[in-house]
Amino acid sequence: MNQLDFPILSLMMGLPMLAAIICLFVGAHAARLLALGTTLVLFALGVVLWANYEIGGPQWQYVERVELFGNFAWALGIDGISMMLIMLTVFLMPICIGASWESIQKRVGEYMAAFLFMEVLMIGVFAAQDIFLFYILFEAGLIPMYLIIGIWGGANRIYASYKFFLYTLLGSVVMLIAMLWMVQDAGTSDIPTLLNYDFAPEAQTWLWLAFFASFAVKMPMWPVHTWLPDAHVQAPTAGSVILAGVLLKMGGYGFLRFSLPMFPEASEQFIWLIFGLSMVAVVYTSLVALVQQDMKKLIAYSSVAHMAIVTLGLFAFNRQGIEGAIIVMLSHGLVSGALFLCVGVIYDRLHTREIDRYGGLSINMPKYALLFMLFTMASIGLPGTSGFVGEFLSLVGLYKVNSWVTLVATTGIILGAGYMLYLYRRVAFGELVHEDVKAMPDLSAREMALLAPIAAAVMWMGVYPESFMAPIRDDVGTLVARIDRAAPEGDAHLKMGQAKAVPTTLETEAGHGESH
Amino acid sequence: MDYRLSLIFTLPEIILSVSGMLLLLVAAWGGLKSARLISILAVVALFGSSAYALEFLTNPSFEFGGDAFYGLYRMDGFGSFAKLLIYFAAIVSLIIAPRFFKDVGSYRPEYPVLILFATVGMGMMVSAVDMMTLYIGLELNSLSAYVLASIIRNDVRSSEAGLKYFVLGSLASGMLLFGISLVYGFAGSTNFSVIADTLTGQLATGPLIGVVLVLAGLAFKISAVPFHMWTPDVYEGAPTPVTAFFASAPKVAAIALTVRVIIDAFGGQTSTWQQIIVFVALASIVLGAVAAIGQQNIKRLLAYSSINNVGFLLIGLAAGTAQGISAMLFYLVIYLAMTLGSFICVMEMRDSEGKPLESLSSLAGLSQTRPGLAAAFAIFMFSLAGIPPLFGFWGKFLVFDAAVAAGMLPLAVIGIAASVIGAFYYIKVVKIIYFDDPAGQIAKTGHKTENGLIGLMALAVSPLGYLTIPLLAPVTATAAQALF
Repeated sequence: MNQLDFPILSLMMGLPMLAAIICLFVGAHAARLLALGTTLVLFALGVVLWANYEIGGPQWQYVERVELFGNFAWALGIDGISMMLIMLTVFLMPICIGASWESIQKRVGEYMAAFLFMEVLMIGVFAAQDIFLFYILFEAGLIPMYLIIGIWGGANRIYASYKFFLYTLLGSVVMLIAMLWMVQDAGTSDIPTLLNYDFAPEAQTWLWLAFFASFAVKMPMWPVHTWLPDAHVQAPTAGSVILAGVLLKMGGYGFLRFSLPMFPEASEQFIWLIFGLSMVAVVYTSLVALVQQDMKKLIAYSSVAHMAIVTLGLFAFNRQGIEGAIIVMLSHGLVSGALFLCVGVIYDRLHTREIDRYGGLSINMPKYALLFMLFTMASIGLPGTSGFVGEFLSLVGLYKVNSWVTLVATTGIILGAGYMLYLYRRVAFGELVHEDVKAMPDLSAREMALLAPIAAAVMWMGVYPESFMAPIRDDVGTLVARIDRAAPEGDAHLKMGQAKAVPTTLETEAGHGESH
Repeated sequence: MDYRLSLIFTLPEIILSVSGMLLLLVAAWGGLKSARLISILAVVALFGSSAYALEFLTNPSFEFGGDAFYGLYRMDGFGSFAKLLIYFAAIVSLIIAPRFFKDVGSYRPEYPVLILFATVGMGMMVSAVDMMTLYIGLELNSLSAYVLASIIRNDVRSSEAGLKYFVLGSLASGMLLFGISLVYGFAGSTNFSVIADTLTGQLATGPLIGVVLVLAGLAFKISAVPFHMWTPDVYEGAPTPVTAFFASAPKVAAIALTVRVIIDAFGGQTSTWQQIIVFVALASIVLGAVAAIGQQNIKRLLAYSSINNVGFLLIGLAAGTAQGISAMLFYLVIYLAMTLGSFICVMEMRDSEGKPLESLSSLAGLSQTRPGLAAAFAIFMFSLAGIPPLFGFWGKFLVFDAAVAAGMLPLAVIGIAASVIGAFYYIKVVKIIYFDDPAGQIAKTGHKTENGLIGLMALAVSPLGYLTIPLLAPVTATAAQALF
């Protein structure tokens, strides 16, 4: 079994599933309480998971395997990377439920059921050790998200939900064909075995492209990102939080878990594609974010830019790049989630997301302004916040590979500072001109309780990232060792310095000393 | 040839035909009042036949099957498996019918009798190893079906459906018969195995036209593009229980028959039929998906959905391997649950006076007035679209797996990409049910039997369905192996 002597991962999937079904049959308030209780229990279980995770222990821990389905198995197990992403999920879920406490008034039971079902799938995606189980859980997320956007979304929700559903489905179906081929070639659907199976390089090219189609849409990478702003803008606040916080991470996780270790040669072969698209994304979407009038859209575009940093880091093929990318994923999950909550807070009061309708909020909502500033800074990547750690590491890793790409990617940080500070200035600073804005009360206790934990986590990750890096260190090491054979040569062509002729006389030694 | 064995092997058909004829007599003398009793007896007869089919499928002493009546009929795992599915669909069509017909007029005793005769025909179809048995079975089924389509004789749409079905069906039968005669002329026999032995190597034009015409006739029966035109009209016009029957049992029978003809009779001519099947499969997937988008009538929409599903099924046949056939059989099981489930949901669409509703717009906001029915409907739609974790995904998974294993990667990629087009109209139905404001046309309460059946089918296509894989996969594999 595992270090806990009970199948904790199955429990973490079974519990919310059960609660989701019950939610469908109970009243609004009971559903809220049940959902909150369940997600909190899951968070506690997540803490147990983390506390008992053996750093430096076996690569796959909490392994479960039941040959339940004939062609594939109910196989779960996590490494450090999966665990951190599961932690992110269980951390954000109670906050999502809390964020919907008052803003969702119709069909509460179904809403809570959809979120709990979503949680089952997200944990399952990160824990799946069977490639088909992964696919099923990965794709299944479309159904609850489609309903969440379509039922509880904004005015243009139908269009957004269709676009989200069809876009992501089209991206993923070809991946299934690739998986079928892989499993037939390797003779197993077990992910740990596949991770060490060497596919023929020419096959890798096609397989990589098939996986890329799926993960690039999910990530999302430019130019297939256009579903994201629509989905974000129309989704209810909690839906945006989950979408930005966790669902986008599935794309990065997919690159990390499948594309890189399973097809190292093809990954190297397509570096130009990843770098090219990511560079465009960093600059282009940042510029687009700069001119947005809708707060959610602005943050959505900033997500695309941040995710481009993730892909750049991942495809740097070295430890710093990959660790940095993972930290950016975690950090972005927290920060963008928090930013969407911040938007939700004022949206609940004024029912508009138009930036110009606000202004001067730091006067009448000081607590809000403070927290909003913290998350703005974290999004920019200010040292001391989580954003800095990840972006710095990614860029360091990337610099080892390509200085020019790093140069372009770094402009994204500057542009990021531009659009975030511009947003903050327009929302929080200036005069309180609108009467209705003046009447807005500061954060309620509930809203404080939602934002404060994220703020704490963001600071923790910024000040002492070791807590988050320790569990992933060995797994990144394994990955780097696996892809090392295909790692690209850096463009810096560093030359080892020539030591001067060893001086023997006292005079020259003194002269050498002077030169320092 | 032991005559006693022949009789044993054909027991399912004998039971059904004898009870069909007896019940016809009961109906003649009993009149309208006897309808319910005949229904019950018909279900009992179907259960009896199912028991034999199950015995043939599972008892190891029948493992290798056997020929009956001098090679006209073959009892094997493949046929028995298909028969079980057909009987199941027939039973469901019988259970759901009385209530529906009572709402629109009266429940006539001919309905169960015709279903029985159609079922006998279908049993013959899936067991035929000779063109003659094939044709007789097919016609027995078709003639019963023409009458069934127009069973509400004072309803214009129903009569029109029956007439249309009859005219186009006769055309297809003609083509099939012409093809059979050409094949017979060149092969010298109507027996599948003799045909397979005779038609080898590069075919001359004559037998080639024969093969193509036979395939065209069969394509009509499974409503594959380009011979699908009758499907939406007949499905829309026929009474809903009859439509449910058409979309399930004859579909299974025709698909199984096509498989047997192609594998048994034209097995040596892979290059000839494979390109036809690949074209028909892709055309059905794409047209079934695109044409459904504009539909406003739920029964027409489901008709296109069944065309779409046939396309996916044929991908398994295009692979031409035992794995492909086994995938098709599994797909058929899931397809039955999804199709019957959705049609029973359609039957639940009636206003407070019991009048059936068929327009998509009447479904608007169903999730707020009938949450259970709405959830089941959504489950069937997502499942038909093949979205995991619903079980409909597994059917597609298996056929694509078989296609990939057979090295038909382009077919698999195009097919699965086209499935996204289909997803559009399925999620459109979900959108109408869940996102739109309630239209409030559909009655608040449902019918117990129907609700029970819907629940059962929804459970079968829910993620719980995956637990049946270890149980069903070996059975479908054995059944498919019987052909090779």
